[in-house]
Amino acid sequence: MSRLSDVFARCKSNQRAALVSYLTAGDPDLTSSELLLNTLADQSDILEIGMPFSDPMADGPVIQAASERALASGTHIQDVFRLTAQVRQQHPDLGIVLMGYANIPFVIGFENFAKQAVEAGADAVLLVDIPPEEGHICDGIFQKHGLDRILLLSPTSTEERIQLVCKHASGFIYYVSLNGITGANMGDMEAIQQQVNHIRVHTDLPVCVGFGVKTAKQAQEVGHFADGVVVGSHFVNTIPQNISNAEAINDALKDAASSMKEALEA
Amino acid sequence: MSTDFTYDLTIHHAPDEGGHFLANGTLFGGSFAAETLMQPLKEIETAFFEAWQDEAFQQERLSLLKHYAGRATPLYHAKRLSDELGGAQIYLKREDLNHTGAHKLNNTIGQALLARRMGKKKVIAETGAGQHGVATATVAALFGMQCDIYMGREDMRRQAPNVFRMKLLGANVIPVDSGTATLKDAVNEALRVWVANCEDTFYIFGTAAGPHPFPLMVRQFHTVIGQEARAQCLAQAGKLPDVAVACVGGGSNAIGLLHPLQDDDIRLVAVEAAGCGLETKQHAAALCKGKAGIIHGSLSYLLENDEGQVQPTHSISAGLDYPGVGPELAAMMESGRLDVDSATDDEALAAFQTLTQVEGIIPALESSHAIAAGMRIAASMNPDQIVLVNLSGRGDKDLGTVMDKLAEDAKEGDQ
Ligand SMILES: Cc1ncc(COP(=O)(O)O)c(C=O)c1O
Repeated sequence: MSRLSDVFARCKSNQRAALVSYLTAGDPDLTSSELLLNTLADQSDILEIGMPFSDPMADGPVIQAASERALASGTHIQDVFRLTAQVRQQHPDLGIVLMGYANIPFVIGFENFAKQAVEAGADAVLLVDIPPEEGHICDGIFQKHGLDRILLLSPTSTEERIQLVCKHASGFIYYVSLNGITGANMGDMEAIQQQVNHIRVHTDLPVCVGFGVKTAKQAQEVGHFADGVVVGSHFVNTIPQNISNAEAINDALKDAASSMKEALEA
Repeated sequence: MSTDFTYDLTIHHAPDEGGHFLANGTLFGGSFAAETLMQPLKEIETAFFEAWQDEAFQQERLSLLKHYAGRATPLYHAKRLSDELGGAQIYLKREDLNHTGAHKLNNTIGQALLARRMGKKKVIAETGAGQHGVATATVAALFGMQCDIYMGREDMRRQAPNVFRMKLLGANVIPVDSGTATLKDAVNEALRVWVANCEDTFYIFGTAAGPHPFPLMVRQFHTVIGQEARAQCLAQAGKLPDVAVACVGGGSNAIGLLHPLQDDDIRLVAVEAAGCGLETKQHAAALCKGKAGIIHGSLSYLLENDEGQVQPTHSISAGLDYPGVGPELAAMMESGRLDVDSATDDEALAAFQTLTQVEGIIPALESSHAIAAGMRIAASMNPDQIVLVNLSGRGDKDLGTVMDKLAEDAKEGDQ
């Protein structure tokens, strides 16, 4: 069994959804980022570590700004791997997903990328702009290295696409709860539940729901029907709100994460 | 005045089903898009192929191109310029005389008709020089559609007259401050807005780049340029050109001119913006200096660093100030069919002045890059040869930039 399936099995036996948290590596700077990623990892079942990119087309203003801060503070892909390894060292059971855009692994080479990701301790990769149709450019490479490939589904995904995505995904399915970018407002809960149930007809993989989860109440509601709840912009937002005070960010992040965690455990 | 022209509506050199252009085993194009956009893209693709086969659609499109846009645009033998250079004969394809002052309208007419056919009430677009924004705002006015244009704040400054034109036409112009506040960031922002509104909104993409089917579709709407030019050259000069030259931002005017000429024995040249020089970092020459990369839904050449971060670009012309390039041009270069060349800011500015003074035609700064390279190439050829240059747009929008630049240069000259 992969580490991700262990995580979901453990959450299931505790009768709760997994907390899947996101932060951009290197935000707001490399030193603070190590602290913040570890703080968030303490409270989370799965951590998505964002690889900063110059052109984050699928992200809203909050995560765009996170990418800009990380790049401005000199975050390189090697730093992303190093931070990942540091989180892994302290969190042996945590699921770790490297998340970002296709161009970074494409340019440094998928093989090279996968090798370093595994060495750093990542379990999976989520590349927003590689739909199953374009999976040929990294075909089999992630699999060969034992990395799960997380794929997205959205409200616009047709029956045919749901089948296609389920066929190519591993680890879990990431259901984007709305037509939009990260950080937008959550869609209609009932419709989301229906879609999640529908996806389950096609796959035994866990289904996580993300994009737009901002409150503990939303997390709790989603947690009733999804296997995992993804929280991103809400956590990232603690950084600009407390900028230039790493300790204050850390406290705010710890609070934000533990209230999400409690909501899922309740 | 326009004359009836018979266009070839067969789709030649189509990409594969996924929108990939192959060259020597290397693959370009595709749809590297987020899941949410995959179905909307598929719907556009289906609608496009249906429309393209639909006689009524084509009739309406061609009728608008003729009576509204003023096609066919003239092919003009720039005799004085040619004589002055003493080399090959330069023929200018006068896209500057297309309605709204650039080739861009060929594409927006096609896509707006498609949007209407798909029942979309609202259109959005990115723009760099503002020519695509104006062309989109124009068709939105014509078809009574709501229109939002995304434009980098830096470009709004450089191309203020076009911002005003868009507003007069009833469009909202939304400034983009993220990243470098230029064309690539405007594309990012328009893509984000489209993801959130794909149900009622059509994204009129402005160049032959982006995810499939845009590179194919935009090309098909612009091949009128090359088809007309080919026939006009045969009629006027009794033979085909030896060389065909176009400037490249994302590649729409270039693919429009060059695609219909690629099966002929004609040297095809794409001219990129060399900015302050290809040896500096301040240019926008993705084909000359870029590497393979994925941006805005497409795999192509890209100006990026060793870790895949897209690099800032520079060009005096906002319409060429883009780090990527359309995938089909990349494939044509890879296969050896397309030669790439470049012109610096200074060379473009000099060509701008030369064409204005020698022929009485004020070209867009984008087009001035093609003129500069075209003049250079023609000068090394014989008077019985022909260089065809795409004059993609007129320069009214650039007068402010040119005025400032000339004043700056004069001041430096004084010191
Ligand atoms: C007159 C003119 N020529 C060329 C371009 C470059 O675009 P493309 O490469 O798509 O033709 C622009 C873009 O704004 C333009 O306005």
